[in-house]
Amino acid sequence: MRITRLAAAAGAVAMALAMAACGGGDGDGDGTGSSSSSGVVDKASKDKKLVIGVKADQPGLGLQSGTTYTGFDIEIAKILAKGLGVPESGIEWKTTVSSNREPFIQQGQVDLVVATYTINDERKKVVNFGGPYYVAGQDLLVAADSTITGPESLDGKKVCSVTGSTPAKRMQTDYPKAQLQLLDSYSKCVNLLASKSVDAVTTDDIILAGYAAQEQYAGKFKVVGKPFSTEPYGIGLKKTDTAGCNKINEILKASATDGSYKAAWDSTLGKSGKAAPELDVTKLTNCS
Amino acid sequence: MNVFSDPANFDVYVTGFLWILKLTIGGTVGALVLGVLLAAMRVSPVPVLRGFGAAWVNTFRNTPLTLIIFFCYFGLYATLGLTISDNLERNNYWLGVIGLAVYTAAFVCEAIRSGINTVPAGQAEAARAIGMSFRQTLTMIVLPQAGRTVVAPLGSIFIALAKNSTIVGTIGLAESSNAMKELINANGDVVIPIFLVFAGTFAAVLIPSGYAFGWLANRLAVKR
Repeated sequence: MRITRLAAAAGAVAMALAMAACGGGDGDGDGTGSSSSSGVVDKASKDKKLVIGVKADQPGLGLQSGTTYTGFDIEIAKILAKGLGVPESGIEWKTTVSSNREPFIQQGQVDLVVATYTINDERKKVVNFGGPYYVAGQDLLVAADSTITGPESLDGKKVCSVTGSTPAKRMQTDYPKAQLQLLDSYSKCVNLLASKSVDAVTTDDIILAGYAAQEQYAGKFKVVGKPFSTEPYGIGLKKTDTAGCNKINEILKASATDGSYKAAWDSTLGKSGKAAPELDVTKLTNCS
Repeated sequence: MNVFSDPANFDVYVTGFLWILKLTIGGTVGALVLGVLLAAMRVSPVPVLRGFGAAWVNTFRNTPLTLIIFFCYFGLYATLGLTISDNLERNNYWLGVIGLAVYTAAFVCEAIRSGINTVPAGQAEAARAIGMSFRQTLTMIVLPQAGRTVVAPLGSIFIALAKNSTIVGTIGLAESSNAMKELINANGDVVIPIFLVFAGTFAAVLIPSGYAFGWLANRLAVKR
């Protein structure tokens, strides 16, 4: 009798602990007392700290080597942090993948997401977007000798993309005749392309260019070069955080005029030879 | 549960569990056939076969299933070019079944081997005495008795197999764990309800099947 009671008590404790552990993720995030309702502006000025979600496997945009991250998204994130009054040492980078960006923002695990994050209406329902700071377009990466000339010639072909990304969704809805292989990162897709297990990898042109330019793949791949969408990259933050969004747009506007935007480009993607794009400040989101 | 009242989301949920069901069926058939063969090898008088059986069990029982599934995809398919179907989804399914079967067979083999140990030596001796060959002894006398004693452990193995099927999601099959990820991705504010529905579905199916195996084990056990 005593044994069963003890076991029941132990079970109850274990359950409670498990629940608490689960619950920890969706509250304040780090438990430093910053309430989840306050926006990034408040948090940045009070704590001098920001948690920024970035990609870790995209050369030129967000690439992790060891504990440091490099790329255009990273530079943009640094500009934003500086504008919000957070020193570079106060930034905590957090690796995100395409499918967990909204949950991370909604649950407060990150304050900002700068991770090749396309602004679209569906996402706007659950998160708020600052920016866009760059406009990319969906394209195809194929073997250098491939006959694929665009999304129309993909019927029956195998195309790899990433679970939960915009390019994957577009393939499913607009080009259902292509066979879609979904994996959790573009680098795995590029591996498959190298072994000819898939015929193409699809995502934004700028990401593909980054892969094609990697040393180990030099000369093997080509980007088809006919973008079939426009992907305005935004900075994701909490749905309720209008003030933060406005502030981010202000910082972006300033960066376009003071040259820091161009510097960010030149030190990262600009190395591929592509000239810095014009940051069109009239297109910035209205943050409602 | 507003998330699931959306027909598109419900569809994702159903598709996910249909794949789990198909993987479980495919994996079970494969694992049973392979497992019985391996068990026969491990008790056979031929040293090479015994060695092969032991090597199989020790390799696959001690390799994480994630690695095996990953190897099936990136090794067998992407590198060695093993293509079972031109349809990508079907191909991924079969690669998953191969991985699950190869892995689970190791456990099935050990369960059956322990069942063989419960069959009294006299049974095999009697079979030999009336002139049965090794194969006849095994398939007509020993395995039927052994099989009936290991229904309960086999039940556990197949419940584990059903849950393990979610790992095939790592190679892009839209099974339930991928379906759950997709729904959570689009509805980050209701993570816990979505999780509970998916976990609950597994529990709702697997707890009764656990009892069914227990009942069956009682019914079939050779009373000695």
